Amino acid sequence: MIHEDVNTSKRQFLTTALSVVGAVGAGYLAVPFLSQMQPSAKAMAAGAPVEVDISKMEEGQLLRVAWRGKPVWILNRTPEALKTLSAVESQLADPSSDESVQPTSSKNAVRSIKPEVFIAVGLCTHLGCSPTFRPEIAPHDLGADWQGGFFCPCHGSKFDLAGRVYRGVPAPTNLDVPPYRYITDTQIIIGEEEEKTA
Amino acid sequence: MKKFIILLLLLLPLSVFASESVHLQDADIDLSDNASLERGAKTFVTYCLGCHSAKHIRYKRIAIDLKISDEEVLKEIAPVGAAIYDQMHSAMNGHDANKWFGTEPPDLSLIARSRGADWLYSYLKGFYVDKSKPLGVNNVVFEDVGMPNMLWQLQGLQTPVYKNTAEGEAKVIEKLEIEQPGTMSPEEFDKTVNDLVNFLVYVGEPVQLERERLGKYVLFFLAMFLVIAYLLKKEYWKDIH
Amino acid sequence: MKPTRIEACCNWVEKRFPMSKLWNDHMAQYYAPKNFNFWYFFGSLALLILVNQFITGILLTMNYKPDAKLAFDSVEYIMRDVDWGWLVRYMHSTGASAFFIVVYLHMFRGLIYGSFKQPRELIWTFGMLIFVCLMAEAFMGYLLPWGQMSYWGAQVIISLFSAIPVIGDDLSLWIRGDYVISDATLNRFFAFHVIAVPLVLIMLVFLHIVALHEVGSNNPDGIEIKESKDPWGHPVDGIPFHPYYTVKDIVGVGVFMFFFATIIFYMPDMGGYFLEHANFIPADPLKTPEHIAPVWYFTPFYAILRAVPDKFAGVIAMGGAIVVLFMLPWLDRSPVKSVRYRGGIFKKALVFFVISFLALGYLGTQPATYGAVIAARIFTAIYFGFFLLMPIYTRWEKTKPVPKSLTHTPSLEERIPAIKATLAEMVVTTEVTTTDGRTTSQIKPNPAGIKAVLIRFAKNLKASLE
Repeated sequence: MIHEDVNTSKRQFLTTALSVVGAVGAGYLAVPFLSQMQPSAKAMAAGAPVEVDISKMEEGQLLRVAWRGKPVWILNRTPEALKTLSAVESQLADPSSDESVQPTSSKNAVRSIKPEVFIAVGLCTHLGCSPTFRPEIAPHDLGADWQGGFFCPCHGSKFDLAGRVYRGVPAPTNLDVPPYRYITDTQIIIGEEEEKTA
Repeated sequence: MKKFIILLLLLLPLSVFASESVHLQDADIDLSDNASLERGAKTFVTYCLGCHSAKHIRYKRIAIDLKISDEEVLKEIAPVGAAIYDQMHSAMNGHDANKWFGTEPPDLSLIARSRGADWLYSYLKGFYVDKSKPLGVNNVVFEDVGMPNMLWQLQGLQTPVYKNTAEGEAKVIEKLEIEQPGTMSPEEFDKTVNDLVNFLVYVGEPVQLERERLGKYVLFFLAMFLVIAYLLKKEYWKDIH
Repeated sequence: MKPTRIEACCNWVEKRFPMSKLWNDHMAQYYAPKNFNFWYFFGSLALLILVNQFITGILLTMNYKPDAKLAFDSVEYIMRDVDWGWLVRYMHSTGASAFFIVVYLHMFRGLIYGSFKQPRELIWTFGMLIFVCLMAEAFMGYLLPWGQMSYWGAQVIISLFSAIPVIGDDLSLWIRGDYVISDATLNRFFAFHVIAVPLVLIMLVFLHIVALHEVGSNNPDGIEIKESKDPWGHPVDGIPFHPYYTVKDIVGVGVFMFFFATIIFYMPDMGGYFLEHANFIPADPLKTPEHIAPVWYFTPFYAILRAVPDKFAGVIAMGGAIVVLFMLPWLDRSPVKSVRYRGGIFKKALVFFVISFLALGYLGTQPATYGAVIAARIFTAIYFGFFLLMPIYTRWEKTKPVPKSLTHTPSLEERIPAIKATLAEMVVTTEVTTTDGRTTSQIKPNPAGIKAVLIRFAKNLKASLE
C-alpha cells in the first residue's frame, strides 16, 4: 500500500513550510487576542489629564486627586518642611533621584517645579500600597529621628517630604512624580508634561 | 404529488413577500469620504444632538478616524464644553424628554445598523405637512412620527400629492412637493441629508473601513496557507491507492 | 548511545503518562477508511469552531457585563472601545452560526451514509445530546447582548414552557426567575452560557470521540473495514489517521477559515441572518418588534411550532422534531447503511426531507401569513413522515448488493477534465477577426449543448434515485 520511493525531502519541506505559515498565522491571531486585554479607550479616557485648582490650599495641607485611577498627592510644604529636606539627605537611598521616576522639570533637590508645591503618585515603589502622610516630628512609633514624611503601613518603607526613600527599607526608589505643568499660578494639570521652551 | 409540491414552492415567495412596505430611496454611502463624514458630523451636532445622543462614539475616535486634529474636532464639531474623550451625549436629559415627547429620544449610535442607510435617508427627506397630527407633520416611511422635522428650515415644507384612487379606498401618497422653499435647493438638501446618513453609518460601526482593509490581508494569507496545505495533502496521499 | 536531553524528558513523562500510547491509539495507528469524501471534513471543523467559541468567549466575558442595565452598552463597548474587541465579538457571533452550519452538515452526513446504524447508535446519541446542548448554548447566548430580539425571542421561547399542563406556568416562572425576562434571567443565562453548558458540552464531545474510536469510523460505502484485515492485523481498506487525515483535515480547515474570514471581515451581520437588525436596539420590555424571528438555525423548528394551531401541541411537535432524530438508529430497518446501496424509496424520501427542512427554515424567518402556515404544515408532515414511516419503507424496499471492499469514487481533482468537457459542450467558441487585424475568440453559450447537458443531468438524477 505504501510507496517505497517516497519523496521525503519534499514532504519535509512542505511540512516545515506549512508549520511556519501556520505559526505565523497563529502569532498574528494572538496579537488581537492579547491586545484586547490592554487598557481600552474608556480606560484611556479615565487616564486623561486632570486639572487641579490649588488656590484654596492651606500651608501644610495634603490634597489627594485621582489620575489614571491612582492617588496623586499635592502637598503644600511649609518653609520649615522644606528645611528638613537637606537635613535628612545623609539617611536617604537616592537623594539626588538618579534612580527614580520624575519629569526633568522636577529632578532637583525638592523634586518639584515650585519648591513649596510637591506632587507625587501616592503609591509605594515597593509593592504599590499607598503610604500614610506623617507630617509630625518625632512621633513615638517612628522614632526621634523622624522629620516628617510618608510611611508605608504595608512593609514599613519611609519617605521624606520630597518622597525620597530612606535607606534600609524595602522600597527601592523614591516615589514617582507624575508629569504635570502649571496652566496659571494656581491651576495645575496632571498628566501633561511642561512644554519645552527652547 | 411532486408537481403539487413544486407548484407550492414556486408560489411560496409570492405569499410571504406580499406585504412589502414603502419604496425607499437610495442613500449614497462612502465611508472613505472624510469631508462628507465631517459635514455630516457637524449637521448631526447642530440638528440632532439637542435631543438624541450617540453615546457609543467618542470625539477622540472621530478625530482619529476622520484624520482631523483634536482641536479641530472640539472647535468645529463638538458642542461647547465637550472634552475630547467624551462620548456624544445629548444636552437633554431623559426626564425632560419624557415630559415633552412622552418618550425618550433613542440613542442614534446604532440607528444605521437597525434601520439601514436607505431608510434613514428616506425618513429624513420624507416629512410632510399634516395638520391633523400633534406636531403638524407626518412622514412617508414612519407613520404618525413622534419627531418634528428638524431640517425644515433647510428643506422647506413639503405637501403630499395623492394618487387617484377610487372612492372609499385609503389615500396613497404618490410624491411630495415643496410648498414653501427652504434655505437650500433640493440638490443641496439631498447632499446634506446624505452626508448626515453617511456619518450615522460610520457611527454605527466605526471600525468598518479598517475591518475591510484588514480582510484583504487575512484572506491573502489564508489562500497561501491553503495552497501549501493542499500540496502537502497531495504529496502524502500519493501513498494511497 | 546516550539519550539526548529531550529523549530523557520524554522518557520521564512516558513512565508516568501513556503519551505515545494515546497518540498511537487515536492518531498514528488509528485506522480510518481511505475513501472519506468532503462530507467527512465537518467533524474536525466542529471541533475547531468549539475551540474558537471557547477562546473568543473567554475574552468576551472579560468585558461583558451580565446586568440588564449594562449588558447592551457593554457589548458596544467591546465593539468600539476595547482593542480588537470587534474582531473577537464577530468571531464569536459568526462562530455560532458557523457551528450550526457545520453541525447540520455533519448530521446530514451521518444520515446519508447510515453512520448512526449499528454499532454506532451511541455515537449518534451522544452527537444528538451535543446538538441539544448547542441549541441551549445558542439560545442562552443570544439573550446576552440584551437587544430587542434577544429579549423578545427569549420571552417567546420561555413562554413555550407554560404550555405544559399543570406545571407549565410555575416552570416558566422558575426558569425566568421573574414574571418577565429580566435582570435575573440574564444573570442566570450568563452562568449557564459561560460555564454550565460548556462543561457538559466538553464532556459530551469527549464521549462522542471515545465511542467513535471504539468502533471506528463509518464511510461512504457503509462497509465495516475491520472485517477484512491484512496479515499485520490492520484493516485492508484503512489508513492511519495521522498523517493522512490530519493533512487532509488541514486543507478542510484552510477552506473553512477562508469562508469564515470572508464573513467576519466583509459581512458580519450576513444581511441580518447572523446578527439581526432589530438586535441593535436595546431591549425594551414595553415594545415588541413588529416581526420576531429566531436566528436562522432555529427557524426550521420554529416553523414547526407555528404550523400547529394548538399551543401545547405546537410545543410537543417542536420537541418531537428533535426526539425523532434521537430515535433514528431504531427507526431505520434497512440492512444497508449507505444511501449508495439503498433503494429508490429512501432516496426519494431523503430528497423530500431535505426540501422540507430547508423550506421550514425559510418559512421560520418569514411572517406567519395564511399561505406560509399552510405550507409549513405540509412540510412539517413531510418532516415527520420521513422519520415515522422509515421502519416501513426501509424494510420493504429492495437494496443493492454491498461490495466486499471500498469502491473508488473520483475525487474533485479527477473530475476536472470531465467538468471542462461539459463546459466546452455548453459554449461555442468562434474566431473573430477584429477591425485592427487581431483575431480573438468569442465565447457564446450554445443552446443545443446546454439542453443536452441538462437532459443528461436529469436522466442521471433520475437513474440515481431508482
